[in-house]
Amino acid sequence: MSPDLLKLIFGRLSIDSLPLHEPILVGTFVMVALGGAVLLGGVTYFRLWGYLWREWFTSVDHKRIGIMYMILGIVMLLRGFADALMMRAQQALAFGGSEGFLPAHHYDQVFTAHGVIMIFFVAMPLVTGLMNFVVPLQIGARDVSFPFLNNFSFWMTVGGAALVMASLFIGEFARTGWLAYPPLSNIGYSPDVGVDYYIWGLQVAGVGTTLSGINLICTIVKLRCPGMTMMKMPVFTWTALCTNILIVASFPVLTVVLALLTLDRYVGTNFFTNDFGGSPMMYVNLIWIWGHPEVYILVLPAFGIFSEVTSTFSGKRLFGYTSMVYATVVITILSYLVWLHHFFTMGSGASVNSFFGITTMIISIPTGAKMFNWLFTMYRGRIRFELPMLWTIAFMLTFVLGGMTGVLLAVPPADFVLHNSLFLIAHFHNVIIGGVVFGAFAGINYWFPKAFGFKLDPFWGKLSFWFWVTGFYLAFMPLYVLGLMGVTRRLRVFDDPSLQIWFVIAAIGAGLVFLGILSMLMQFAVSFLKREQLRDVTGDPWDARTLEWATSSPPPDYNFAFTPVVHDNDAWWDMKKRGYQRPLMGFKPIHMPSSTGTGVILAGLATAMGFGLIWYIWWLAAVSFIAMLAVGIGHTFNYHRDFDIPADDVIRAEDARTKLLAGAK
Amino acid sequence: MSRLLRRSYPLAPQRKLISKARPVSRFKILALLPLAVALSGCNYIVLAPAGDIAAQQRDLVIISTVLMLLIVIPVTALTVVFAWRYRQSNTEARYEPEWDHSTSLELVIWSAPLLIIICLGALTWMGTHLLDPYRNIGRIHADRAVDQSKAPLEVDVVALDWKWLFFYPDYGIATVNELAAPVDRPINFHITASSVMNSFYIPALAGQIYAMPGMETSLHAVINHAGTYKGFSANYSGAGFSGMHFKFLGLDDKGFDAWIASAKSAGGPLGRAEYLQLEKPSENEPVRRYGTVDSDLYRLILNMCVETGKMCQSEMMAIDAKGGSGHEGLNNTLPLAYDKYARRGTVLGPEPTFVAGTCTPDAPQGKTTASITAPLDTAPLTGAGLKRPNFAPLKSSSFFLGLRPKSDS
Repeated sequence: MSPDLLKLIFGRLSIDSLPLHEPILVGTFVMVALGGAVLLGGVTYFRLWGYLWREWFTSVDHKRIGIMYMILGIVMLLRGFADALMMRAQQALAFGGSEGFLPAHHYDQVFTAHGVIMIFFVAMPLVTGLMNFVVPLQIGARDVSFPFLNNFSFWMTVGGAALVMASLFIGEFARTGWLAYPPLSNIGYSPDVGVDYYIWGLQVAGVGTTLSGINLICTIVKLRCPGMTMMKMPVFTWTALCTNILIVASFPVLTVVLALLTLDRYVGTNFFTNDFGGSPMMYVNLIWIWGHPEVYILVLPAFGIFSEVTSTFSGKRLFGYTSMVYATVVITILSYLVWLHHFFTMGSGASVNSFFGITTMIISIPTGAKMFNWLFTMYRGRIRFELPMLWTIAFMLTFVLGGMTGVLLAVPPADFVLHNSLFLIAHFHNVIIGGVVFGAFAGINYWFPKAFGFKLDPFWGKLSFWFWVTGFYLAFMPLYVLGLMGVTRRLRVFDDPSLQIWFVIAAIGAGLVFLGILSMLMQFAVSFLKREQLRDVTGDPWDARTLEWATSSPPPDYNFAFTPVVHDNDAWWDMKKRGYQRPLMGFKPIHMPSSTGTGVILAGLATAMGFGLIWYIWWLAAVSFIAMLAVGIGHTFNYHRDFDIPADDVIRAEDARTKLLAGAK
Repeated sequence: MSRLLRRSYPLAPQRKLISKARPVSRFKILALLPLAVALSGCNYIVLAPAGDIAAQQRDLVIISTVLMLLIVIPVTALTVVFAWRYRQSNTEARYEPEWDHSTSLELVIWSAPLLIIICLGALTWMGTHLLDPYRNIGRIHADRAVDQSKAPLEVDVVALDWKWLFFYPDYGIATVNELAAPVDRPINFHITASSVMNSFYIPALAGQIYAMPGMETSLHAVINHAGTYKGFSANYSGAGFSGMHFKFLGLDDKGFDAWIASAKSAGGPLGRAEYLQLEKPSENEPVRRYGTVDSDLYRLILNMCVETGKMCQSEMMAIDAKGGSGHEGLNNTLPLAYDKYARRGTVLGPEPTFVAGTCTPDAPQGKTTASITAPLDTAPLTGAGLKRPNFAPLKSSSFFLGLRPKSDS
């Protein structure tokens, strides 16, 4: 075939784009291919495709979508963590003239991919998944406001993740660091597909995130059950509301800044170039105007989880509910006024730097108030050290340290000596692992019985907990030390042999965290096998306080047969106290949204379009785009959007629960 | 621009700093005591630097940490104590499941962090201004002011892919990957880069500042102890980033003079042609010295016009400040493009072109640039209330002009 025709069909994709010369990647590919074949073969063998498609992929049920988000987050955690292990190993080995085992071309992709995956495809799905699963239950709703949109959002996130994963075996990923600062990320210095994978992966996933933010805001504002005024909402719902407001207000900034970078890279504009009046510093400003709220998007829901967990396992009302809510709102607002602290060293004047340094410190006031509120919730309580509470205590002890180093970095002169150092790396892992990841694990252990009807196995859970916590400290305390020795981030080789011991300790820590992840997978497997022993039939295994525990575990499709009425911010606790009787008759048909495959199809087309744009396969991009429009318009003519669950089905489900509850007593 | 600003700082307030410095340093020693024990034996350069600026930054690190520990230690201790005391099995402890509010306690938990942040905020405001890298330093170290009779050492720094180029304009030499300065003499760095962002950082000397193409940042610092220190880029800049470090030598006056002399005698020339060679990406470069240096080279690098035929940014800005060159300006695309080793060309973007003629309503077929006359009046177009310059193209878009108050005419 003529080269022109090949170029027309395949764009810049060719056989040379496959990394056949990189043994690590070929090995990984063989492993992934084998694992994938086993998985797909298993699904086919057990004839699960139909079940998965009907009950999960096309489901608009917020609970199923929430669970799928969690699965996505955990799968991507394995990929992101594999990158972490490679970095730790490389830095522990590359001393005394050794180049380690990763060439710059590969290592630079590894640290970029690690950051992108961990933030966008691990932390975000875990947080969004928990909000999706819990919020409608907590506010006594039957689903989110826009169930189809919810399904579409999830699949867009999967599409973005798929593009980032594809870069592992087709072409390469960005070699720019996770925020892809120009000029380095611009076409002049990164002409390859890596940055394009970055851009389109994030743009596709970003659509999902923004839409899911809008969806959850509407849900919380409009679908609360009678009696649940704003100041009677559970704290997790409050944090979810603030987080989604942050998402809706900040993700468009990311979309726009990436779109401008795209224009620079594709049509030769000069927004972020060195010449023609372009301003790379403008990119840095814009990306951090999204980037700083992003860290609060992640950590606020975690704060909400800790509030629920502390109150439940202390057997006590949450101390200072009102100040907790105001602290959350204050953090939401302040998070927009601090972005410049990410680049004090870029030459701003002293007054600008002090302003942003001081606003950053002010955030620690509401955060400190929250910490005290949890503390005084424990005070005069009866604390049960179940797994969610263990994660919460670990969070409280770890997060104050991360908060302290964070405020330290907010002092501009201190930042001048610590910026971009391993001290900074230790700091943000300290708050993201200590806050977001521990929070997600507390949430998983806390709500798992609600989702599946059986608790998670405590033995493997505790093993995972201790591996994670000790692993975390071993992995990141040495980085604080190295930062004080003036060691900077993203280095591939070192010449000072006295540093090696610290990197070795950090690598051992990463190894322990790896054991923690394996233990967690083991915990899921063991719990599934022992599910009859761990079964909870009451729907309220923790003697909890909020509305999601009022229904069965797992909840029926419709969540609540009758919409509950709320009188207190610990609604379920209040109902239990007042001797609430579950209604046993008078059930009516329940109006519910129908499943649809449109979300999967649209997201698939968007992913194909992204792939086409990355590789300059213009026909693919155009065809997918037109198909996307057609499917989107076609979907508006789909009139089978809802159905009624017949009263008989509701009666059957509720009677079964009545029997179970009677058996439990 | 920043050069001008740098020199215009008044010197008076800096002297005050010297008298205030003593109590800080005593406090510093006290605070360092436990740290010193724990950290002995390793090279904690950030905590034990050799330059006064870095030392003051270190002091701020320690003072802020101590301030925050005032609240962090009690919180940590209380977490452990409460978790233990109110464990489920301890039925002795009081249990008050309905207790969820205490106004006085809430007042304390909001005001305690607030007080600490007020202190820290004040410290931050002062520290940030005093240690602003653009500010002339006022003292050599805690108890010695700058000797105003001696000129500071001027060094121009360029971050290249992936090595550092240092110019000594007062001595007419330049070096690659080696920097030297005499002990106790203030150093004024002017910093730029050739292609992507880097960060210029010598932990022993002072905090870092970004090096960015087409822009200049500054750093003012002084080294107090002779020795060999490490400098590097603290911002990832591509494949050769790991090898992008250099030696920083703190020398006594005699040693420095000898170092300058050896560079002068041993080194070759560095002009525009040599620079364009040097600028090409390369990794792990050895130290190089240049004895004869084009004295205009740093200015050309900063203005992105080392290559002949390129227009310097400063010239472009001067033209723009006068209102631009009108249609003539369209010819400027090629002289302004900064690509050197590969034509940037984007996949959907136009081929690089330059304009040979322009169309106007009067001449729809276009006319050659030769016949386009220069604007009659090149006075700048400034803000509202000022009289508008009177040249032709504005008349056609008379919408706003038509609405202007009558007094204008």
